Amino acid sequence: MNYIKPFLNGLVKENPTFVIMLGMCPTLATTTSALNGMGMGVATMFVLICSNVVISLIKNIVPDKVRIPVYVVVIATFVTIVDLVMQAYVPSLYAALGLFIPLIVVNCIVLGRAESFAAKNNALASMMDGAGIGLGFTCSLTIVGIVREILGTGKVFSFSLFPEEYGMLLFILAPGAFIVLGYMMALFNRFLKDRGK
Amino acid sequence: MKKLESTFVNMTVVLTLFALVAAGALGAVYSVTEEPIAMAQVAKQQEAIKVVLPDFTELSEADTVNGLAVYKAYNGGSFVGAAVESQETGFNGPIRVMVGFDADGTIVNYSVLEQKETPGLGTKMVDWFKGEKADIRGMNPADANIAVTKDGGDVDAITAATISSRAFLRCVNAAYAAFSEANGAAAKSDAVSGATAQTDSQAAAQDTINVEPIDSAAVNAAAQSEK
Repeated sequence: MNYIKPFLNGLVKENPTFVIMLGMCPTLATTTSALNGMGMGVATMFVLICSNVVISLIKNIVPDKVRIPVYVVVIATFVTIVDLVMQAYVPSLYAALGLFIPLIVVNCIVLGRAESFAAKNNALASMMDGAGIGLGFTCSLTIVGIVREILGTGKVFSFSLFPEEYGMLLFILAPGAFIVLGYMMALFNRFLKDRGK
Repeated sequence: MKKLESTFVNMTVVLTLFALVAAGALGAVYSVTEEPIAMAQVAKQQEAIKVVLPDFTELSEADTVNGLAVYKAYNGGSFVGAAVESQETGFNGPIRVMVGFDADGTIVNYSVLEQKETPGLGTKMVDWFKGEKADIRGMNPADANIAVTKDGGDVDAITAATISSRAFLRCVNAAYAAFSEANGAAAKSDAVSGATAQTDSQAAAQDTINVEPIDSAAVNAAAQSEK
Protein backbone atom coordinates (compact mmCIF):
# COMPACT_ATOMS: atom_id res chain seq x y z
CA MET A 1 0.00 0.00 0.00
CA ASN A 2 1.17 3.47 -0.87
CA TYR A 3 1.65 5.58 2.25
CA ILE A 4 2.59 8.81 0.48
CA LYS A 5 -0.84 9.17 -1.07
CA PRO A 6 -2.86 9.68 2.13
CA PHE A 7 -0.23 12.19 3.24
CA LEU A 8 -0.40 14.34 0.09
CA ASN A 9 -4.14 13.89 -0.03
CA GLY A 10 -4.53 15.62 3.33
CA LEU A 11 -2.08 18.35 2.45
CA VAL A 12 -3.69 19.56 -0.78
CA LYS A 13 -6.62 17.66 -2.29
CA GLU A 14 -8.50 17.29 0.98
CA ASN A 15 -7.02 20.28 2.77
CA PRO A 16 -9.17 20.46 5.91
CA THR A 17 -9.58 24.22 5.98
CA PHE A 18 -9.86 25.25 2.34
CA VAL A 19 -11.46 22.15 0.79
CA ILE A 20 -13.34 20.00 3.33
CA MET A 21 -14.03 23.13 5.39
CA LEU A 22 -13.79 21.46 8.76
CA GLY A 23 -12.56 23.13 11.92
CA MET A 24 -13.67 26.63 10.94
CA CYS A 25 -14.04 27.77 14.55
CA PRO A 26 -10.37 27.31 15.58
CA THR A 27 -9.32 28.65 12.18
CA LEU A 28 -11.16 31.91 12.72
CA ALA A 29 -10.35 32.25 16.40
CA THR A 30 -6.63 31.45 16.56
CA THR A 31 -5.22 33.06 13.41
CA THR A 32 -4.79 36.56 14.83
CA SER A 33 -1.07 36.14 14.21
CA ALA A 34 1.03 33.74 12.16
CA LEU A 35 2.62 32.23 15.26
CA ASN A 36 -0.71 31.58 16.99
CA GLY A 37 -2.09 29.89 13.88
CA MET A 38 0.97 27.71 13.54
CA GLY A 39 0.87 26.74 17.22
CA MET A 40 -2.74 25.65 16.99
CA GLY A 41 -1.95 23.68 13.83
CA VAL A 42 1.02 21.83 15.35
CA ALA A 43 -0.89 20.95 18.53
CA THR A 44 -3.80 19.64 16.45
CA MET A 45 -1.45 17.64 14.23
CA PHE A 46 0.04 15.89 17.24
CA VAL A 47 -3.35 14.90 18.63
CA LEU A 48 -4.57 13.89 15.17
CA ILE A 49 -1.65 11.51 14.59
CA CYS A 50 -1.97 9.90 18.05
CA SER A 51 -5.73 9.49 17.89
CA ASN A 52 -5.67 8.18 14.30
CA VAL A 53 -3.12 5.49 15.20
CA VAL A 54 -4.96 4.37 18.35
CA ILE A 55 -8.35 4.34 16.66
CA SER A 56 -7.11 2.31 13.72
CA LEU A 57 -5.66 -0.21 16.20
CA ILE A 58 -8.85 -0.56 18.24
CA LYS A 59 -11.32 -0.39 15.36
CA ASN A 60 -12.14 -4.10 15.50
CA ILE A 61 -12.84 -4.36 19.21
CA VAL A 62 -15.24 -1.40 19.23
CA PRO A 63 -18.87 -2.26 18.40
CA ASP A 64 -20.25 0.02 15.70
CA LYS A 65 -23.01 1.60 17.77
CA VAL A 66 -20.69 2.93 20.49
CA ARG A 67 -17.78 3.91 18.23
CA ILE A 68 -18.37 7.66 18.47
CA PRO A 69 -18.31 7.81 22.31
CA VAL A 70 -15.19 5.62 22.35
CA TYR A 71 -13.45 7.85 19.78
CA VAL A 72 -14.35 10.95 21.76
CA VAL A 73 -12.91 9.39 24.93
CA VAL A 74 -9.67 8.53 23.10
CA ILE A 75 -9.33 12.03 21.61
CA ALA A 76 -10.15 13.81 24.87
CA THR A 77 -7.60 11.66 26.71
CA PHE A 78 -4.83 12.61 24.29
CA VAL A 79 -5.72 16.29 24.45
CA THR A 80 -5.63 16.27 28.25
CA ILE A 81 -2.30 14.43 28.26
CA VAL A 82 -0.81 16.98 25.85
CA ASP A 83 -2.19 19.79 28.00
CA LEU A 84 -0.71 18.45 31.27
CA VAL A 85 2.65 17.42 29.84
CA MET A 86 3.14 20.73 28.08
CA GLN A 87 2.20 22.66 31.22
CA ALA A 88 4.67 20.65 33.28
CA TYR A 89 7.73 20.43 31.06
CA VAL A 90 7.56 23.29 28.53
CA PRO A 91 5.80 26.13 30.41
CA SER A 92 7.04 28.75 27.92
CA LEU A 93 5.35 26.96 25.02
CA TYR A 94 2.28 26.41 27.16
CA ALA A 95 2.07 30.14 27.83
CA ALA A 96 1.71 30.71 24.08
CA LEU A 97 -0.50 27.73 23.19
CA GLY A 98 -2.25 26.84 26.44
CA LEU A 99 -5.39 28.65 25.40
CA PHE A 100 -5.81 26.54 22.27
CA ILE A 101 -5.11 23.05 23.58
CA PRO A 102 -8.55 22.40 25.12
CA LEU A 103 -10.08 23.68 21.85
CA ILE A 104 -8.71 20.63 20.02
CA VAL A 105 -11.26 18.34 21.71
CA VAL A 106 -14.08 20.13 19.93
CA ASN A 107 -12.19 20.31 16.63
CA CYS A 108 -14.28 18.26 14.23
CA ILE A 109 -11.28 17.47 12.01
CA VAL A 110 -9.96 15.01 14.59
CA LEU A 111 -13.24 13.12 14.93
CA GLY A 112 -13.86 13.46 11.21
CA ARG A 113 -10.61 11.73 10.28
CA ALA A 114 -11.13 9.07 12.95
CA GLU A 115 -14.49 8.23 11.44
CA SER A 116 -13.71 8.54 7.74
CA PHE A 117 -10.13 7.24 7.59
CA ALA A 118 -8.69 5.65 10.72
CA ALA A 119 -11.72 3.41 11.27
CA LYS A 120 -11.20 1.84 7.83
CA ASN A 121 -7.41 1.69 7.41
CA ASN A 122 -4.36 0.23 9.15
CA ALA A 123 -2.23 2.05 11.72
CA LEU A 124 0.56 3.19 9.41
CA ALA A 125 -1.77 4.60 6.74
CA SER A 126 -3.77 6.33 9.48
CA MET A 127 -0.61 7.86 10.85
CA MET A 128 0.27 9.24 7.42
CA ASP A 129 -3.27 10.54 7.00
CA GLY A 130 -3.06 12.25 10.39
CA ALA A 131 0.29 13.81 9.48
CA GLY A 132 -0.99 14.99 6.09
CA ILE A 133 -4.24 16.45 7.34
CA GLY A 134 -2.45 17.94 10.35
CA LEU A 135 0.21 19.54 8.16
CA GLY A 136 -2.45 20.80 5.77
CA PHE A 137 -4.30 22.35 8.70
CA THR A 138 -1.07 23.88 10.05
CA CYS A 139 -0.17 25.38 6.66
CA SER A 140 -3.61 26.88 6.07
CA LEU A 141 -3.75 28.34 9.57
CA THR A 142 -0.27 29.79 9.19
CA ILE A 143 -1.15 31.34 5.81
CA VAL A 144 -4.37 32.88 7.13
CA GLY A 145 -2.43 34.07 10.20
CA ILE A 146 0.33 35.63 8.06
CA VAL A 147 -2.19 37.51 5.88
CA ARG A 148 -4.12 38.80 8.89
CA GLU A 149 -0.97 39.78 10.77
CA ILE A 150 0.49 41.69 7.78
CA LEU A 151 -2.74 43.54 6.96
CA GLY A 152 -3.63 44.14 10.58
CA THR A 153 -0.32 45.12 12.17
CA GLY A 154 2.31 45.23 9.41
CA LYS A 155 4.28 42.38 10.92
CA VAL A 156 5.07 38.76 10.06
CA PHE A 157 5.99 36.46 12.95
CA SER A 158 6.43 39.70 14.97
CA PHE A 159 8.99 40.91 12.38
CA SER A 160 7.98 44.42 11.36
CA LEU A 161 7.40 45.11 7.63
CA PHE A 162 5.80 48.55 7.83
CA PRO A 163 4.78 50.85 10.70
CA GLU A 164 1.88 49.58 12.75
CA GLU A 165 -0.15 52.79 12.29
CA TYR A 166 -0.84 51.80 8.67
CA GLY A 167 -2.24 48.40 9.64
CA MET A 168 -5.97 47.78 9.30
CA LEU A 169 -7.26 46.85 12.71
CA LEU A 170 -10.23 45.11 11.09
CA PHE A 171 -8.07 42.16 10.07
CA ILE A 172 -7.09 41.37 13.64
CA LEU A 173 -10.74 41.34 14.70
CA ALA A 174 -13.37 38.74 13.79
CA PRO A 175 -14.68 40.27 10.51
CA GLY A 176 -11.15 40.25 9.09
CA ALA A 177 -10.92 36.52 9.78
CA PHE A 178 -14.01 35.82 7.70
CA ILE A 179 -12.84 38.07 4.85
CA VAL A 180 -9.36 36.53 4.67
CA LEU A 181 -10.70 32.98 4.96
CA GLY A 182 -13.21 33.59 2.15
CA TYR A 183 -10.59 34.94 -0.26
CA MET A 184 -8.15 32.16 0.65
CA MET A 185 -10.76 29.51 -0.09
CA ALA A 186 -11.55 31.10 -3.45
CA LEU A 187 -7.88 31.26 -4.41
CA PHE A 188 -7.16 27.72 -3.27
CA ASN A 189 -10.11 26.25 -5.14
CA ARG A 190 -9.20 28.19 -8.28
CA PHE A 191 -5.71 26.73 -8.02
CA LEU A 192 -7.05 23.18 -7.63
CA LYS A 193 -9.40 23.66 -10.59
CA ASP A 194 -6.62 24.88 -12.85
CA ARG A 195 -4.48 21.91 -11.90
CA GLY A 196 -7.31 19.52 -12.60
CA LYS A 197 -7.61 20.64 -16.22
CA MET B 1 -10.17 -10.33 13.42
CA LYS B 2 -13.88 -9.85 12.97
CA LYS B 3 -15.56 -6.71 14.21
CA LEU B 4 -17.44 -7.09 17.52
CA GLU B 5 -21.23 -7.23 17.24
CA SER B 6 -23.21 -4.34 18.67
CA THR B 7 -24.92 -6.38 21.39
CA PHE B 8 -25.86 -4.73 24.67
CA VAL B 9 -23.22 -6.63 26.64
CA ASN B 10 -20.45 -5.90 24.13
CA MET B 11 -21.23 -2.20 24.02
CA THR B 12 -21.39 -1.84 27.80
CA VAL B 13 -18.18 -3.76 28.36
CA VAL B 14 -16.20 -1.95 25.66
CA LEU B 15 -17.35 1.53 26.62
CA THR B 16 -16.72 0.92 30.33
CA LEU B 17 -13.33 -0.56 29.59
CA PHE B 18 -12.25 2.40 27.47
CA ALA B 19 -13.50 4.89 30.04
CA LEU B 20 -11.56 3.06 32.78
CA VAL B 21 -8.35 2.87 30.74
CA ALA B 22 -8.62 6.55 29.83
CA ALA B 23 -9.29 7.53 33.46
CA GLY B 24 -6.34 5.44 34.61
CA ALA B 25 -4.02 6.95 32.02
CA LEU B 26 -5.10 10.48 32.91
CA GLY B 27 -4.72 9.80 36.62
CA ALA B 28 -1.20 8.52 36.06
CA VAL B 29 -0.22 11.49 33.89
CA TYR B 30 -1.75 13.91 36.38
CA SER B 31 0.12 12.48 39.36
CA VAL B 32 3.40 12.57 37.42
CA THR B 33 2.93 16.14 36.18
CA GLU B 34 1.33 17.64 39.29
CA GLU B 35 4.62 18.59 40.93
CA PRO B 36 6.40 19.97 37.85
CA ILE B 37 3.30 22.10 37.06
CA ALA B 38 3.26 23.61 40.54
CA MET B 39 7.01 24.20 40.33
CA ALA B 40 6.69 25.85 36.92
CA GLN B 41 4.10 28.25 38.33
CA VAL B 42 6.26 29.16 41.33
CA ALA B 43 9.24 29.62 39.00
CA LYS B 44 7.18 31.95 36.82
CA GLN B 45 6.19 34.03 39.83
CA GLN B 46 9.77 34.20 41.13
CA GLU B 47 10.95 35.16 37.66
CA ALA B 48 8.37 37.97 37.56
CA ILE B 49 9.49 39.25 40.99
CA LYS B 50 13.12 39.36 39.81
CA VAL B 51 12.15 41.27 36.67
CA VAL B 52 10.14 43.96 38.45
CA LEU B 53 12.43 44.75 41.38
CA PRO B 54 15.81 46.43 41.72
CA ASP B 55 18.70 44.12 42.68
CA PHE B 56 18.02 42.44 45.99
CA THR B 57 19.59 39.77 48.18
CA GLU B 58 16.62 38.61 50.25
CA LEU B 59 12.92 38.54 49.75
CA SER B 60 10.27 38.41 52.48
CA GLU B 61 7.44 35.91 52.54
CA ALA B 62 4.21 37.18 51.01
CA ASP B 63 2.30 39.63 53.25
CA THR B 64 -1.35 39.99 52.46
CA VAL B 65 -2.35 43.67 52.31
CA ASN B 66 -5.79 44.69 50.98
CA GLY B 67 -6.07 41.11 49.72
CA LEU B 68 -2.95 41.46 47.56
CA ALA B 69 0.32 39.61 48.07
CA VAL B 70 3.23 41.96 48.85
CA TYR B 71 6.82 40.70 48.64
CA LYS B 72 9.34 43.02 50.29
CA ALA B 73 12.89 42.99 48.99
CA TYR B 74 16.04 43.81 50.99
CA ASN B 75 19.59 44.29 49.79
CA GLY B 76 22.04 43.60 52.61
CA GLY B 77 19.42 44.46 55.23
CA SER B 78 18.16 47.74 53.75
CA PHE B 79 14.70 47.94 52.19
CA VAL B 80 14.97 48.44 48.41
CA GLY B 81 11.40 47.96 47.28
CA ALA B 82 8.48 45.59 47.05
CA ALA B 83 6.67 43.57 44.41
CA VAL B 84 2.89 43.42 44.58
CA GLU B 85 0.75 40.88 42.82
CA SER B 86 -2.44 42.62 41.81
CA GLN B 87 -5.58 41.44 40.07
CA GLU B 88 -8.44 43.18 38.26
CA THR B 89 -11.13 42.19 35.80
CA GLY B 90 -10.16 43.14 32.27
CA PHE B 91 -12.07 43.00 29.02
CA ASN B 92 -12.33 39.21 28.76
CA GLY B 93 -11.34 37.93 32.17
CA PRO B 94 -8.94 38.39 35.04
CA ILE B 95 -5.68 40.28 34.60
CA ARG B 96 -2.90 39.46 37.07
CA VAL B 97 0.07 41.79 37.15
CA MET B 98 3.21 41.80 39.27
CA VAL B 99 4.17 45.42 39.89
CA GLY B 100 7.52 46.37 41.39
CA PHE B 101 8.14 49.57 43.38
CA ASP B 102 11.40 50.90 44.76
CA ALA B 103 11.62 52.19 48.34
CA ASP B 104 10.10 55.60 47.33
CA GLY B 105 7.15 54.02 45.58
CA THR B 106 8.45 54.70 42.07
CA ILE B 107 7.39 52.00 39.62
CA VAL B 108 10.45 49.96 38.64
CA ASN B 109 8.84 47.54 36.22
CA TYR B 110 5.87 45.26 35.81
CA SER B 111 5.17 41.80 34.49
CA VAL B 112 1.80 40.52 33.31
CA LEU B 113 1.26 37.07 34.84
CA GLU B 114 -2.09 36.31 33.32
CA GLN B 115 -4.47 37.97 30.85
CA LYS B 116 -7.13 36.93 28.37
CA GLU B 117 -7.55 40.20 26.47
CA THR B 118 -8.39 40.50 22.76
CA PRO B 119 -5.45 39.22 20.68
CA GLY B 120 -3.77 42.06 18.82
CA LEU B 121 -5.41 44.72 20.99
CA GLY B 122 -5.56 44.32 24.77
CA THR B 123 -2.83 41.65 24.75
CA LYS B 124 -0.37 44.43 23.91
CA MET B 125 -0.43 45.41 27.58
CA VAL B 126 2.39 42.93 28.12
CA ASP B 127 4.84 45.42 26.54
CA TRP B 128 2.83 48.59 25.91
CA PHE B 129 3.29 50.23 29.30
CA LYS B 130 7.06 49.89 29.06
CA GLY B 131 7.23 50.94 25.42
CA GLU B 132 7.96 54.32 23.87
CA LYS B 133 4.33 55.43 23.67
CA ALA B 134 3.39 54.93 27.30
CA ASP B 135 6.12 54.18 29.79
CA ILE B 136 4.93 53.85 33.37
CA ARG B 137 8.39 52.85 34.57
CA GLY B 138 9.86 55.66 36.59
CA MET B 139 6.46 57.14 37.40
CA ASN B 140 5.52 57.50 41.04
CA PRO B 141 1.79 57.09 41.68
CA ALA B 142 2.18 59.59 44.56
CA ASP B 143 2.73 62.48 42.13
CA ALA B 144 1.73 61.08 38.73
CA ASN B 145 -1.86 60.33 37.82
CA ILE B 146 -1.81 56.69 36.75
CA ALA B 147 -4.87 56.75 34.49
CA VAL B 148 -5.43 56.89 30.74
CA THR B 149 -5.25 60.36 29.10
CA LYS B 150 -8.92 60.06 28.14
CA ASP B 151 -9.75 60.08 31.85
CA GLY B 152 -7.37 62.96 32.53
CA GLY B 153 -4.42 60.76 33.50
CA ASP B 154 -0.79 60.72 32.40
CA VAL B 155 -0.68 57.41 30.52
CA ASP B 156 -1.59 56.81 26.87
CA ALA B 157 -4.05 53.95 26.52
CA ILE B 158 -3.41 51.07 24.13
CA THR B 159 -4.92 51.95 20.72
CA ALA B 160 -8.50 50.61 20.57
CA ALA B 161 -8.16 48.86 23.92
CA THR B 162 -9.12 51.51 26.45
CA ILE B 163 -10.98 49.08 28.70
CA SER B 164 -7.97 46.76 28.94
CA SER B 165 -5.72 49.77 29.59
CA ARG B 166 -7.98 51.02 32.37
CA ALA B 167 -8.07 47.60 33.99
CA PHE B 168 -4.29 47.37 33.80
CA LEU B 169 -3.84 50.79 35.39
CA ARG B 170 -6.36 49.90 38.12
CA CYS B 171 -4.08 46.94 38.86
CA VAL B 172 -1.11 49.30 39.17
CA ASN B 173 -3.01 51.68 41.45
CA ALA B 174 -4.31 48.86 43.64
CA ALA B 175 -0.76 47.54 43.85
CA TYR B 176 0.50 50.96 44.88
CA ALA B 177 -2.20 51.29 47.54
CA ALA B 178 -1.15 47.93 48.98
CA PHE B 179 2.52 48.92 48.77
CA SER B 180 1.87 52.15 50.70
CA GLU B 181 -0.23 50.35 53.28
CA ALA B 182 2.48 47.74 53.79
CA ASN B 183 5.07 50.46 54.33
CA GLY B 184 3.04 51.86 57.18
CA ALA B 185 2.55 55.40 58.40
CA ALA B 186 5.55 56.92 56.60
CA ALA B 187 3.83 56.55 53.28
CA LYS B 188 0.34 57.25 54.56
CA SER B 189 -0.30 60.37 52.52
CA ASP B 190 0.81 58.50 49.43
CA ALA B 191 -1.67 55.76 50.17
CA VAL B 192 -4.52 58.25 50.23
CA SER B 193 -3.61 59.81 46.89
CA GLY B 194 -3.07 56.38 45.37
CA ALA B 195 -6.49 55.28 46.52
CA THR B 196 -8.11 58.47 45.20
CA ALA B 197 -6.55 58.01 41.80
CA GLN B 198 -7.89 54.51 41.73
CA THR B 199 -11.44 55.52 42.57
CA ASP B 200 -11.31 58.32 40.02
CA SER B 201 -10.25 56.08 37.20
CA GLN B 202 -12.84 53.49 38.14
CA ALA B 203 -15.62 56.05 38.22
CA ALA B 204 -14.47 57.51 34.93
CA ALA B 205 -14.34 54.04 33.42
CA GLN B 206 -17.96 53.45 34.32
CA ASP B 207 -19.09 56.85 33.09
CA THR B 208 -17.59 56.63 29.66
CA ILE B 209 -17.95 52.95 28.98
CA ASN B 210 -20.97 53.25 26.68
CA VAL B 211 -20.33 56.47 24.84
CA GLU B 212 -17.06 55.61 23.13
CA PRO B 213 -17.71 54.37 19.61
CA ILE B 214 -14.37 52.63 19.33
CA ASP B 215 -14.88 50.62 22.49
CA SER B 216 -18.41 49.54 21.67
CA ALA B 217 -17.23 48.46 18.22
CA ALA B 218 -14.57 46.35 19.89
CA VAL B 219 -17.18 44.91 22.24
CA ASN B 220 -19.36 43.84 19.32
CA ALA B 221 -16.47 42.36 17.42
CA ALA B 222 -15.32 40.42 20.46
CA ALA B 223 -18.85 39.19 21.12
CA GLN B 224 -18.99 37.90 17.55
CA SER B 225 -15.67 36.17 17.72
CA GLU B 226 -16.79 34.39 20.88
CA LYS B 227 -19.66 32.86 18.95
